[in-house]
Amino acid sequence: MNIITKLALAAGLATALSSGAMAQDISGKVIGFSQIGSESGWRAAETSVTRQQAEERGVDLKFADAQQKQENQIKAIRGFIAQGVDAILVAPVVATGWEDVLSEAKEAEIPVVLLDRGIDAPEDLYLTSVASDQVLEGRVAGQWLVDEVAGEDCNVVELQGTVGSSPAINRKQGFEEAIADASNVTIAQSQTGDFTRSKGKEVMEAFLKSSNGGADICAVYAHNDDMAVGAIQAIKDAGLAPGEDILVVSIDAVPDIFTAIAAGEANATVELTPNMAGPAFDALGAYWADGTMPEKFIITESKLYTAADDPQGEYERRKDLGY
Amino acid sequence: MSRSLRPLVATAVIFAIAYALAVMQFPSMFSTRVLGNFLTDNAFLGITAVGMTFVIISGGIDLSVGAVIGFTGVLVAVLIAWAGWHPLAAFALALAVAASFGAGMGLAVHYLQVPAFIVTLAGMFLARGGASVITQDSVPVNHEFYDWISDLIIRLPGGGRLSFIGLLMVAVFIIGALVAHRTRFGSYVYALGGNPVSASLMGVPVARTTVGVYMVSSTLAALAGIVFSLYTSAGYPLAAVGVELDAISAVVIGGTLLTGGYGFVLGTFIGVMLLGLVQTYIIFDGSLSSWWTKIVIGALLFLFIVLQRLIFAASTQGEKAS
Repeated sequence: MNIITKLALAAGLATALSSGAMAQDISGKVIGFSQIGSESGWRAAETSVTRQQAEERGVDLKFADAQQKQENQIKAIRGFIAQGVDAILVAPVVATGWEDVLSEAKEAEIPVVLLDRGIDAPEDLYLTSVASDQVLEGRVAGQWLVDEVAGEDCNVVELQGTVGSSPAINRKQGFEEAIADASNVTIAQSQTGDFTRSKGKEVMEAFLKSSNGGADICAVYAHNDDMAVGAIQAIKDAGLAPGEDILVVSIDAVPDIFTAIAAGEANATVELTPNMAGPAFDALGAYWADGTMPEKFIITESKLYTAADDPQGEYERRKDLGY
Repeated sequence: MSRSLRPLVATAVIFAIAYALAVMQFPSMFSTRVLGNFLTDNAFLGITAVGMTFVIISGGIDLSVGAVIGFTGVLVAVLIAWAGWHPLAAFALALAVAASFGAGMGLAVHYLQVPAFIVTLAGMFLARGGASVITQDSVPVNHEFYDWISDLIIRLPGGGRLSFIGLLMVAVFIIGALVAHRTRFGSYVYALGGNPVSASLMGVPVARTTVGVYMVSSTLAALAGIVFSLYTSAGYPLAAVGVELDAISAVVIGGTLLTGGYGFVLGTFIGVMLLGLVQTYIIFDGSLSSWWTKIVIGALLFLFIVLQRLIFAASTQGEKAS
């Protein structure tokens, strides 16, 4: 056995040991989780995945649903502090107004991890924040389309999210960045579908009418899966085959889009993972094990799913999460 | 014991039992931290509920208070953050706006003879709509005066804190109790709620008292809005949605009769604390759905309505017999 193999083995062993230690350190800890509410399917899935992750790691999770109200979240955080929990996870409902209560947590030496959204407060008030990169999501979707059409001309119609909302702005920007270098891929039309299924269908119908019955459209890019599902319906109603005549790419990876991908009616989706708590628990574990300070902004993976990624299996895995 | 004090005593006993049970399960609930949080976290609700107590004792209802809290928060935040006003000037303007808003509702209730329910419902839509027209976003307030106020805390042994807004709520309750039970305006309010016709025959200035009651309610709601903006350092048009219903619940649980003429400001304080206790218990438990808060409040409300019926049925029978 040469020296390099030995070193590699030692390093591997060390990694195995330290990851074992991390798992040890977090079990038995009491962690409070102040969730915004359950306004969307994704939010409900985030809650159930957080519970699952806590159970797997032996964490005693205290869950508080704020019913969309900041005052309830502040009360919940104060309650967690009074209770002396080991750490607090917060998915903040608004960006402002957290300084006082987070200072109290800091004073009580309870680390706070933000999930899914950022806040306007000094960075030393929280340990880290776990969120997705919405621009990257758009870029992954755009890159997939550029690769898929492989140099052929492609007119894209875009179904935007709610006007002015940050996912709509960022997912649009990312997609445009990805197709900027591919002169063959252009956005022909772009309108808001308000993130809803019915509006997505309605806008797609208008796009089809104004584009020679859909013959001039090569692909539809929707800022979320719900609008894509609506668009698929509109394409079918127009007598075309979604997924073949018109490519469909969207973002979120909710169960319904996997059914569509399995049926060949949608082509790709980019996951906005509901597992924000997993990376948060890992960061806390490392912090408790040896004081490792995590990065201030942990970015979750924006994974691309296509028909090659077992869409039926992905559907089965997700269907009970509350989407 | 005077029969008329029974609902107040019942509320206090229920609070004491509930708190004792909660402490037996979670000993850390008996700490200065939790007691301090009770005051700080419920400050805006408590201040609103004092005004609501006056309205309900007078036989009316005010559904606009939650919207007034939201409107005030936005107005104050915009004046400070966008127009560069000093917070105290912004507070003064907000209180004045709310007082005239309340006066307008009181005038409509009295002179147009429209039920308070409808007038204040219109007020609720006006205030909430007005707040959303000013801005749809949460407007942060970064002013040294806000930092100064949030640093005004009395630290208690055991990590608890008495905050400025918590103490302000206690002060509002004390002043409210004195006004209700020790002033002429207070006795007019009770007389009006008991029977408006005989009150007017006895020489109670019905118009002035009605307008006064809604002015008190709106002004205190605006004060609660200021407290809310200190609490969150921001103004948000959708803040405090539904707080009017929490305030009404606290007043009724505190032993005030919804039909008017009878009630206690102190009872409302215990009612607010009881609502805070339920919420804190559910956070400590950590596995119950937070919607249980609503179920428990619903059950408590029902319990108190039944209790009041029984007590008042008993007392009217007693009067007939004598």
